[in-house]
Amino acid sequence: MRALLIAAVFIAAPAPLLAQEAEDDLSLPPIVMSTEFPGEVEVEPYQRSNANAGATPFEGTEMWETFGGAEGVSAIVETFVERIVADPRIAEIFMAQDQVRLRRTLKEQFGYILGGPVAYSGRDMRSSHADLGIQSADMGALVENLQIAMSEHGVPFRAQNRLLAKLAPMRRDVVTR
Amino acid sequence: MPHIAEAAAAVGLLACAVATPVAAQIADWIPESRTGGKLILTGGVSTLEGSGGGGLATWAVTSGYGERDGIGGNVHATYVNLPDYELRSWGASTSFWDRVEVSVARQEFDTGETGAALGLGAGFTFTQDIVGVKVKLIGDAVYDQDTWMPQVAVGVQHKANDQGAIIAAVGGRDDEGTEYYVAATKLFLAESLLVSGAVRFTDANQTGLLGFGGDLNDDLEPQFEGSVGYLLNRNLAIGAEYRTKPDNLGFAGEDDWFDVFAAWAPNRHFSVTAAYVDLGSIATFEDQRGLYLSLQVGF
Repeated sequence: MRALLIAAVFIAAPAPLLAQEAEDDLSLPPIVMSTEFPGEVEVEPYQRSNANAGATPFEGTEMWETFGGAEGVSAIVETFVERIVADPRIAEIFMAQDQVRLRRTLKEQFGYILGGPVAYSGRDMRSSHADLGIQSADMGALVENLQIAMSEHGVPFRAQNRLLAKLAPMRRDVVTR
Repeated sequence: MPHIAEAAAAVGLLACAVATPVAAQIADWIPESRTGGKLILTGGVSTLEGSGGGGLATWAVTSGYGERDGIGGNVHATYVNLPDYELRSWGASTSFWDRVEVSVARQEFDTGETGAALGLGAGFTFTQDIVGVKVKLIGDAVYDQDTWMPQVAVGVQHKANDQGAIIAAVGGRDDEGTEYYVAATKLFLAESLLVSGAVRFTDANQTGLLGFGGDLNDDLEPQFEGSVGYLLNRNLAIGAEYRTKPDNLGFAGEDDWFDVFAAWAPNRHFSVTAAYVDLGSIATFEDQRGLYLSLQVGF
C-alpha cells in the first residue's frame, strides 16, 4: 500500500508539467504524504476533537474489555476493512480511500467509543463522508460487514448491538444521497 | 422432519434463483431500486393479512429489504392448524423506497369437520381477499438509536369476504370492510429488543373471516395489536404478540389473540416463522390454540 502511494507521488509530481500544454484544470493536486502518520496521505487541516467520533463513549471499561481491548479492536477493524474492500456492493466506495488512514481512524473511533484509553484524531462523520456518495443500502452493507467481523472475533451479539446502537445515528451524516 | 428441512432448503434455493433475476429486471424499470439494503429481519415478516409485521400484528416497517434507495418484495404462505379449524393465507407485498408498502393476501378459513356441526357443511370455507397500503410517515425503527422516536406508519386494508349470505345469517352486517391503522415500531438495539404497537380502527369479526359489523355493534372501534421481539442473533428473533378484537356478533363471543413466535432468516431471500397461537373462541368453538407456520421468500 505504501509503495503504491509513494509511486503515486512520483507519478503525480510531473503531471502539471505535462498538463501545461493542454488545460491546466486537468492537473491533479500533488499527493503529499503525512509526516505525522507514515504511510498515510496528508489531509486538509481540521480541528481535532474526540467529539468528531460522533458518539459519546461508554462509561467504564467493560465494553472495551468485552471487545478485547486494543488488540481485539485492531483485529476487528482489520477484518472489517478487508471485508468492505472485497464486498462488491460497496468496494468501489472505499477502494480509492486511504486505507491506512481508514484503519487507524476506525480503530481510534471504536476504541474511544468503547471506553478505551484512546483519543480520536479523525475528522467528523459529516466531512469524512461528504464526498463518498454513500446510500442507505451501503450503510446496511457496512453494518453487516462489521457484524460479521465482530462475530469472527468473538464479540457477543448483545455487545455488538450496544456498539451498533452508538454508530447507527451516524447514518444521518454518512448517507449523503 | 427431514422432508420439511429438505423442502425448506429447496424453497430457499428456488427463492434465490428466482429473486435475483426478478430483482435485476425490476431495477431497470423503477428508479432508485437497489435491493437488499436493510439488515436481516428488520423488514419484519408477513402478517396473516399480508402486510409487513409480526405474524398477527402489523408493524410500521415496510416489508422486504429495500432501503430508501431501493425496493423490496416478497411472497408468503402461512398455515395455522387449530383444533376445530384450519386457516391458510398467502400473498405478496412490495415496498418502494422504504416509504410505501402495497400488499395483497388471500385467507381461507376452513371449517373442516366443524362445518358440519355448525350446519354449514363439512369443509365449508370462508375466503377473504385483502388489499393493503402502508405509508411510513416519520422515524427509522433501526437507525434512530439516539432518540425515543419510533418509526411511525399509517395504513389501510380493504377486505372482501366471499360468504356474504352466511355472514348475514349469523348477524354480520357486511361482507366487506375497510380498516385504518397507525403503527409505531422501535428497535431498542442496545437491548436487542424490538417493540411495536398499532391501533386499528375496525369492525371486523375475527379479522373479517366472519364478516364486518354485527347485531351488537356496527361501528369502527379502535383495537390494539402489539409485538415484542428479542434478537438472539442476526438471523433469529423470538417474541410474543397480542391483538385485541371487537365483539360484534351475538351468536358467538370473540377473544383477543395471542402468540409466541420464533422467526428465522438465514439470508435476505428466505424466512420461516413458527408460532404457538391462541385465537380463543371462534364461532362458539372454544380454545382455538395451535401451530402457526409461515414461509416467506423475497428480496
